[in-house]
Amino acid sequence: MNRTSVFARLLAILAGLAALGLPLLASATVEDSLEGLAGKKFSTRLAAVAAIRDSADPRAADILQAALDGTLHRRKSDRRFVISSGDGARVTLTDALTGDDAGSATKAELLQVRTNNRLRKSLRVAVAALELSHPEAARRLAAARELLGTRSDATAKLLRDALSMEQDTEVRDAMEIGLATMDIKSNDATRRLQAIMRLDGSLRPEVRGLLAAVIDNPDERDPQVKAAAAKILDTLDARLAWYAQLSNLYFGISLGSVLLLAAVGLAITFGVMGVINMAHGEMVMLGAYTTYVVQQLMPGHLEWSLLVALPAAFLVAGLVGILIERGVIRFLYGRPLETLLATFGISLILQQAVRTVFSPLNRSVTTPEWMSGAVALNPAFTLTYNRFYIIIFALLVLLALVTLLRYTRFGLEMRAVTQNRAMASSMGIRTARVDALTFGLGSGIAGLAGVALSQLTNVGPNMGQAYIVDSFMVVVFGGVGNLLGTFVGAMTLGVANKFLEPVTGAVLAKILVLIFIILFIQRRPRGLFALSGRAADA
Amino acid sequence: MKVRWFNTSVGASRRTVRAAAAAIALTAGMIVTPVSAQDTIKVGVLHSLSGTMAISETTLKDTVLMLIEEQNKKGGILGKKLEAVVVDPASNWPLFAEKARDLLEVQKVAAVFGCWTSVSRKSVLPVFEELNGLLFYPVQYEGEESSKNVFYTGAAPNQQAIPAVDYLMSEEGGAVKRWVLAGTDYVYPRTTNKILENYLKAKGVKAEDIMINYTPFGHSDWQTIVTDIKKFGSAGKKTAVVSTINGDANVPFYKELGNQGLSAEDIPVVAFSVGEEELSGIDTGPLVGHLAAWNYFMSVDATENSAFIDSWKTFIKDDKRVTNDPMEAHYIGFQMWVKAVEKAGTTNVDAVRSAMYGVSVPNLTGGIATMFPNHHISKPVLIGEIRDDGQFDVVWQTPGTVIGDAWTDFLPDSQVIVADWMPPVKCGNFNIKTGTCSGQNY
Repeated sequence: MNRTSVFARLLAILAGLAALGLPLLASATVEDSLEGLAGKKFSTRLAAVAAIRDSADPRAADILQAALDGTLHRRKSDRRFVISSGDGARVTLTDALTGDDAGSATKAELLQVRTNNRLRKSLRVAVAALELSHPEAARRLAAARELLGTRSDATAKLLRDALSMEQDTEVRDAMEIGLATMDIKSNDATRRLQAIMRLDGSLRPEVRGLLAAVIDNPDERDPQVKAAAAKILDTLDARLAWYAQLSNLYFGISLGSVLLLAAVGLAITFGVMGVINMAHGEMVMLGAYTTYVVQQLMPGHLEWSLLVALPAAFLVAGLVGILIERGVIRFLYGRPLETLLATFGISLILQQAVRTVFSPLNRSVTTPEWMSGAVALNPAFTLTYNRFYIIIFALLVLLALVTLLRYTRFGLEMRAVTQNRAMASSMGIRTARVDALTFGLGSGIAGLAGVALSQLTNVGPNMGQAYIVDSFMVVVFGGVGNLLGTFVGAMTLGVANKFLEPVTGAVLAKILVLIFIILFIQRRPRGLFALSGRAADA
Repeated sequence: MKVRWFNTSVGASRRTVRAAAAAIALTAGMIVTPVSAQDTIKVGVLHSLSGTMAISETTLKDTVLMLIEEQNKKGGILGKKLEAVVVDPASNWPLFAEKARDLLEVQKVAAVFGCWTSVSRKSVLPVFEELNGLLFYPVQYEGEESSKNVFYTGAAPNQQAIPAVDYLMSEEGGAVKRWVLAGTDYVYPRTTNKILENYLKAKGVKAEDIMINYTPFGHSDWQTIVTDIKKFGSAGKKTAVVSTINGDANVPFYKELGNQGLSAEDIPVVAFSVGEEELSGIDTGPLVGHLAAWNYFMSVDATENSAFIDSWKTFIKDDKRVTNDPMEAHYIGFQMWVKAVEKAGTTNVDAVRSAMYGVSVPNLTGGIATMFPNHHISKPVLIGEIRDDGQFDVVWQTPGTVIGDAWTDFLPDSQVIVADWMPPVKCGNFNIKTGTCSGQNY
């Protein structure tokens, strides 16, 4: 975009404002408005935002943006309005009205112009109205979207003028839809009809509300308008319903992948070794705390901390696992009840240990930038990044594990020991060592799950307990001793839960899934994929 | 200060003597110091130090210890030093009752400061009534209760939930027309939401504009619910979420809101159990701008508050520790108890109870808290917006203080019930229609 077109656009907007009869106000009145904005009375503050927006002052956008960002202050010494920049003890200041340098000050010398949600919303809309002429297309697009559904003749006029100058198709599209959401309340029936037709195909949530409002509006007498709105609303609803199902599927798969991560380690210790490890959840917790410690150790590199935390968590949880196996569990093989009680005791010890070392309060694990937010495929269907990465991660872990069991010597030894301990031992396999490593592997994978879960939920001493029951459920349902079963089991339970939840609510959905599993186990005690042959009977 | 972490046995003979002394004091109806003058006055601390609730309750234990230490520096009460008896009910509800019995029967404590969850309070209630003890309960709760033996220093629904809704309905709060009541599935959210639902309907909100949603304890997968809220909020009316979601589950909830792109400006969430302490353990990024309703915020600028924060940081030897609303409630409860004991001249429960009514002490936000005969206190209500440093910007507050209402006016069954422990009513559930004292079981 060249400079002349920016200038032309600016001129057009100024002309538009003038045409609306808004006086081109001098800086003195912006100052008055600022007084109002910094005042106490809420209605005055709201009015001040509009006044600054319409002032045509070249500083208006900067002032509003500063108020939105919380960088607009009043200096205590001379009551001047200043905009701060920079962080730390001293901030640099610019005069809000003139844009001139105003020295620097400490936070204590300034009085922030505080805003609340409602005020910020109107500030955002005001900034958007002024940004319709921004040289960057992305900013114009964001501005046009922000104005969706706002009701003000002044903004409608601004939008119309901006549209006449706009060349970018995407921005034009957003602006047209924005205009349509305003025209839908026009007094002219043809205009309303046109606006409704223009809204066809938009999935924006505001659009649905506006269409529904037209149909419910008792003052709307034009049957044509009503019919058009109803028709478009119907197609919109059908599309939304389809996307809702798609979202449910995504949610289900993502819940399934969380279950898979938590359960796959258990599938090894419980499924392959037959050890009922009640401290499995605490291995997950240790993994999550490792993430916390790693983040504390490398504060400058939060973006990469997770990649460091993965091997660290695997090692920490794995070593603790080996320690538990060597110290306790190996004396209890073949006595499931004692194992259960002993590992339950270990889980309590680990919890209290973490409570003593790190405090009973939850620890804060920061989510790196690349895992926050979502990609919106369209306004009705968004994929959240953290869930997306966790799905990929769960599949990678499963794949790595299958490879390990299938194609490595350790995997072979492990399978040999599981299938026939005595025979494996007589073939020269050191079964005790294999036991310890297998348990360490299962625990280490739980540690990996902890890293992933630290991005989704709280990191606290009790976090493991939330996953232990679900993990056992998945392993038993999928078939003990079968990784494929664990995968299918986790996904089935995840998806079933997420499709039930919108219908029954979260509490009942959980109950229904449990009942289903109980009935299923009655029919097929060995789970989905039962191991057959001698190994299963051992 | 001496702290007893475990039970110590007290001689039977001494117990009888003291009981007799108490009986004399009672019958005489005047100020009598027990004959067997003890060297200390024992104060029970009944907060979980292990298990799930340790996260919130450990801080309160430390708060009481600090208050006792400060009082002892001032010379104690009635010339005697205070002695804390700390027990750990381990987040286990039946154990709460057991420990309460131990504190009252064996330790003979003069008062107990304790409990967090409603279920733990309900569990100890029969013990306190049977043995005529005194419990100071510092947490916001669902109301519908007023026991002779409990002083409720936390907020009743009319001191937290209802003002929060009023704020959101106002022009300033965004003129909210559509409401999501989301809570964890247990007694506090269910009762509070029932009250709020009736309140909203009384204010002219239609049933289709209210969505109620319950989730299990520790719920961590909020995808579906956030999507539902998003859908519910796209009906063209301003929507807000009133959250009675239990402490822990809030974090993944806010994270999901942030990830799905719902900002506080679009759909604000007002929470009743998210305070400074909870925020100190999480990444506050996705929460900024969301609201909380409390009777105290650490960020309030008042002399009492900065003094309290200073002594807390010194006591706990950690400059980063925060203060929160239930801590203030314990502060108020403790000061009231001290005042009442001094007024009564004895720690005898009945005498102290009578002395409690009308006792006024400064709260930490620059106002005055008074104990009313329904065993609830007057509090200001503050609405704060979460800042990125885990503190709150106070955006609104009630002009004066609000008196806690034990029985809500927004449930048909409770409307007719009042609590008044002063003569002539002397009843925690007096039915004004029938004029009897058995309006409801609590």
